[in-house]
Amino acid sequence: MVTIYIDNTPYQVKPGKNLLETCLTLGFDLPYFCWHPALGSVGACRQCAIKMYRDADDKSGRLVMSCMEPVSNNQRISIADKTAVDFREGVIEWLMTNHPHDCAVCDEGGACHLQDMTVMTGHTYRRFKFKKRTHVNQDLGPFINHEMNRCIQCYRCVRFYKDYAGGEDLDVFASKSNVYFGRSEPGTLESEFSGNLSEVCPTGVFTDKTLKQHYTRKWDLTMAPSICQHCSLGCNIIAGERYGDLRMIANRYHGEVNGYFICDRGRFGYEFVNAPARVRQTTQLGQPVDEDKAITQISELLKNSKVIGIGSPRASLESNYALKKLVGETNFHKGVSRQEQALMELAVSILNTGPVRALSMKEVEKADAVFILGEDLTNTSPMLALAIRQSVRQQPLHEVNALAVPEWNDAAAREIIQQKKGPLFVATVAETKLDSMATKTFRAAPQDISRLGFAVANLIDPSAPQVSNLHEDERAMSELIAKSLLASERPVIISGTSCQSDSVLKAAANVATALQKRNKNTGIVLTFPESNSVGLALMGGNPLEEAFQKVKSGNTDTVIILENDLYRHSQTTLVDEFLTKCKTVVVVDHSQQATSAKAQWLIPAGTFAEADGTIVNNEGRAQRYFQVYEKMNVKESWRWLTNLGATAGITPMQSWKNIDHITKALAQEEEVFRGIERVSLTSDYRMQDGQRVPRAPHRYSGRTAMLANVTVSEPKPPEDPDSGMSFTMEGTRAMPPSSMIPFFWSPGWNSVQSVNKYQEEVGAALRGGDPGIRLFEASATQSHYFNEVPEKFIAVDSKLWIVPLHHIYGSEELSAKSASVAKRVPLPYLMLNAEDAAKLGLKEGDAIEVAVGGDQLRLPVKVSASLSMGVAGLPAGLPTLSFVELPAWGLVKR
Amino acid sequence: MISIVRSLWLVFLHMFHKRETVQYPEQKNKLTTRWRGRIVLTRDPDMGERCVGCYLCAAACPVDCISLQATEDETGRRYPEFFRINFSRCIFCGYCEEACPTYAIQLIPDFEMGEYNRQNLVYEKKELLIDGPGKYPGYNYYKVAGLAIGGKGKGQAQNEAPPVDIKSLIP
Repeated sequence: MVTIYIDNTPYQVKPGKNLLETCLTLGFDLPYFCWHPALGSVGACRQCAIKMYRDADDKSGRLVMSCMEPVSNNQRISIADKTAVDFREGVIEWLMTNHPHDCAVCDEGGACHLQDMTVMTGHTYRRFKFKKRTHVNQDLGPFINHEMNRCIQCYRCVRFYKDYAGGEDLDVFASKSNVYFGRSEPGTLESEFSGNLSEVCPTGVFTDKTLKQHYTRKWDLTMAPSICQHCSLGCNIIAGERYGDLRMIANRYHGEVNGYFICDRGRFGYEFVNAPARVRQTTQLGQPVDEDKAITQISELLKNSKVIGIGSPRASLESNYALKKLVGETNFHKGVSRQEQALMELAVSILNTGPVRALSMKEVEKADAVFILGEDLTNTSPMLALAIRQSVRQQPLHEVNALAVPEWNDAAAREIIQQKKGPLFVATVAETKLDSMATKTFRAAPQDISRLGFAVANLIDPSAPQVSNLHEDERAMSELIAKSLLASERPVIISGTSCQSDSVLKAAANVATALQKRNKNTGIVLTFPESNSVGLALMGGNPLEEAFQKVKSGNTDTVIILENDLYRHSQTTLVDEFLTKCKTVVVVDHSQQATSAKAQWLIPAGTFAEADGTIVNNEGRAQRYFQVYEKMNVKESWRWLTNLGATAGITPMQSWKNIDHITKALAQEEEVFRGIERVSLTSDYRMQDGQRVPRAPHRYSGRTAMLANVTVSEPKPPEDPDSGMSFTMEGTRAMPPSSMIPFFWSPGWNSVQSVNKYQEEVGAALRGGDPGIRLFEASATQSHYFNEVPEKFIAVDSKLWIVPLHHIYGSEELSAKSASVAKRVPLPYLMLNAEDAAKLGLKEGDAIEVAVGGDQLRLPVKVSASLSMGVAGLPAGLPTLSFVELPAWGLVKR
Repeated sequence: MISIVRSLWLVFLHMFHKRETVQYPEQKNKLTTRWRGRIVLTRDPDMGERCVGCYLCAAACPVDCISLQATEDETGRRYPEFFRINFSRCIFCGYCEEACPTYAIQLIPDFEMGEYNRQNLVYEKKELLIDGPGKYPGYNYYKVAGLAIGGKGKGQAQNEAPPVDIKSLIP
């Protein structure tokens, strides 16, 4: 700690930071534009000017940019000095000379950093009498709206898009006051992180296009802390509602998980909540019925017939647990195929009982060597790919440190680093977007990826199983990887379930275990298919095939399916047979899908926006999402199931009144979920003055008019039995506990930049600690190797080994139902190696007939240079493709 | 004693003063143009809807009696999809008019809005929108704002230079 004097008051501060972040951490309101806590300083906007003095006797001082000055002991600065204040006001005045007169029609208004900073510096009237410079906008695709006139040339967009997120199609054009940020040609932004531009941009140049379609100001949204449901990483989000529709998703800062950013699937995938294909009414054979009648009739079935339950990896822990209690442990099925279940359980056991720690995304950013096995991260877990883009800078940053340049000095650091990158090895089936960052890539069938992993593990620790018949290239590659991993300080091994291969997971576990023996800082990251796959894997239960078997053998006549489309987890013919054989099918889900179309009873469950729940992310972190708003007829799945159980007379369920009771019962019953009731505060939590945390900002408008067209007497606002939050603006206007932050706001800071005020220090944990609880940590005592080295993949004539290929837009069920995301979903195809395609006499776009897993598909061909001979790729989970158990041999003909 | 006589005398004199009582409703009082009565939505000189759905009136309203939803036409011009004022809650403070950046919402000198049924005091856009510019005849927000709409491209607003050709090499 060092002492600095700000306006003659001494403060104890951390050395190594810059003055701007130090002042912000101390709570001063110092305006800035080009600095961003994740992007560092470049000193471009000149907005954060302060006075710096040589010593206590220096009365005149000099102007410096606080973001470019490191903290040093006994430093004397002034924020309130008249010259500095005038300078900051002058800078804003210049920036505003070309700003259009359009705040009223600007989507950023009310959450605008430029508005906040203008008010903060005191600039009011435009004295500049000359004409305003104007620009033509571009169409940037379904996600982002472009309004270039509003630009203040802070360069944050390109620094994020190009430097931080590795995008290539957004750039800066022209010079002087004509500087233009856009694409060389209008077109859809290619980066998977383009949505962050709407938060990175301090003004309204880049805004959320989906929000624009039902535009609402930030102050009018009812918001709640939520967790993204579109992959297994569990990024923290804020979800906002108005007039009964979900309007937008914004990032919710979490120091360990997602930091300042989220991916486009997470930001724009929310529209499925508002889709017409929602289940909004309890129905029996398609006819609306009274919900009490439905509960009574279904609970009769529970008492009088043999019932099984099918859970879901996209439903909360509470819902799955309620179903398990309702039907009994032996009758509870996980709702995923035997293969998927085995993979999920294997991956969880590697993290849970293995010796290597599962890393958070923040820790991955700090890793200095990365080895990816089998995962196309940009498409399966996009935010992890963004973390890896930061990790390759870790080794080159040593050079920056050696030159005594602070890491936050972004322009200087990037100048020193140039194109140098730390070790990153990408072993996948097909090309990935991370290839351009990789030291070396390896393209092979999953078996050979696994063999490469086993070979690396064996090189690091000779007691690990050996791999025979290794090709010369593979040997060289494995030696290089082993050498790089051993030379690093914080290596991380990344794999996952997406190539549906247990041997790849085992190989990753072996590499991590072997490294762990040499380097205690080794980490592992495994990704999972869905948002609560880990939670479901920990919960126990049987695979889907056993449910099919039970119905086939006549042991069951009623099935309750929880938030699950069985057609996504098993073959169409099998599911058809199962559903027709069942006497009664009860589906509890929020969206209509193939399975719900065949249900006798359809019960409207709440999505993440209308329900409370807990899900477990890929590192074993249990996180709570809060209900955003009440919707008529819609209830949380666990509430429906609890009501059913209580009516049927199942003892523990009769005493379950809210989410706390369920999480408590779960924590008491299952060892692995111990402590889960502390993931968030209980429903009786109140702020110091005995009031709730309001979901709506204090400027929330229209309360006495929004429902006045229905009835002029305002109804009583809904009450929340499940959390210490209110659905209205009533409550305590103070900083809520970190797990219950519905939105970021601070006096004078209306934009998302107010997150600075919620952190212990800029860029660190939220005040009171980052929310969520890790359910398991690596146990150092157990360490063993998996011995099942797979056989080498050998291409077979006339057959192709078909592997799943994932797509960020389309492979995930819920986001694909979102209107904006649906525009980016690719058409089905079969990817072939160039030589295989030539052998079959096919070129790009030709139709091919492929027989795989009992299905006959006719698909256009996509030719790839990177795919191995004898391997073909089929997109996974596309809404237009039926389920095929992959990888599998496929017969192809023209 | 003297003061009582004085008071009686003053009251007596009032019999000869000019009458202040107005025989409303037969006789109407003169209200100034800035009198704060019923709220209307006005049109710009080109007869386009002035309201751009910015929500500032709703935010300024101390009784939260304004609610609206902004939407856009195919050319990008914003307007309210619905605009509702619950006059049974309105306190005629005029904050909405002050907050309005486009002179769309205006309070007019009309207060005769009595209803037997409170529900009839909920006014929708079709009841609020008038066919004229109200108190501010000349103003057209879209002529000033930099947003392009139908009939007005980039650089065609007041005090705007034509759009920059970013691919030009001329300094």
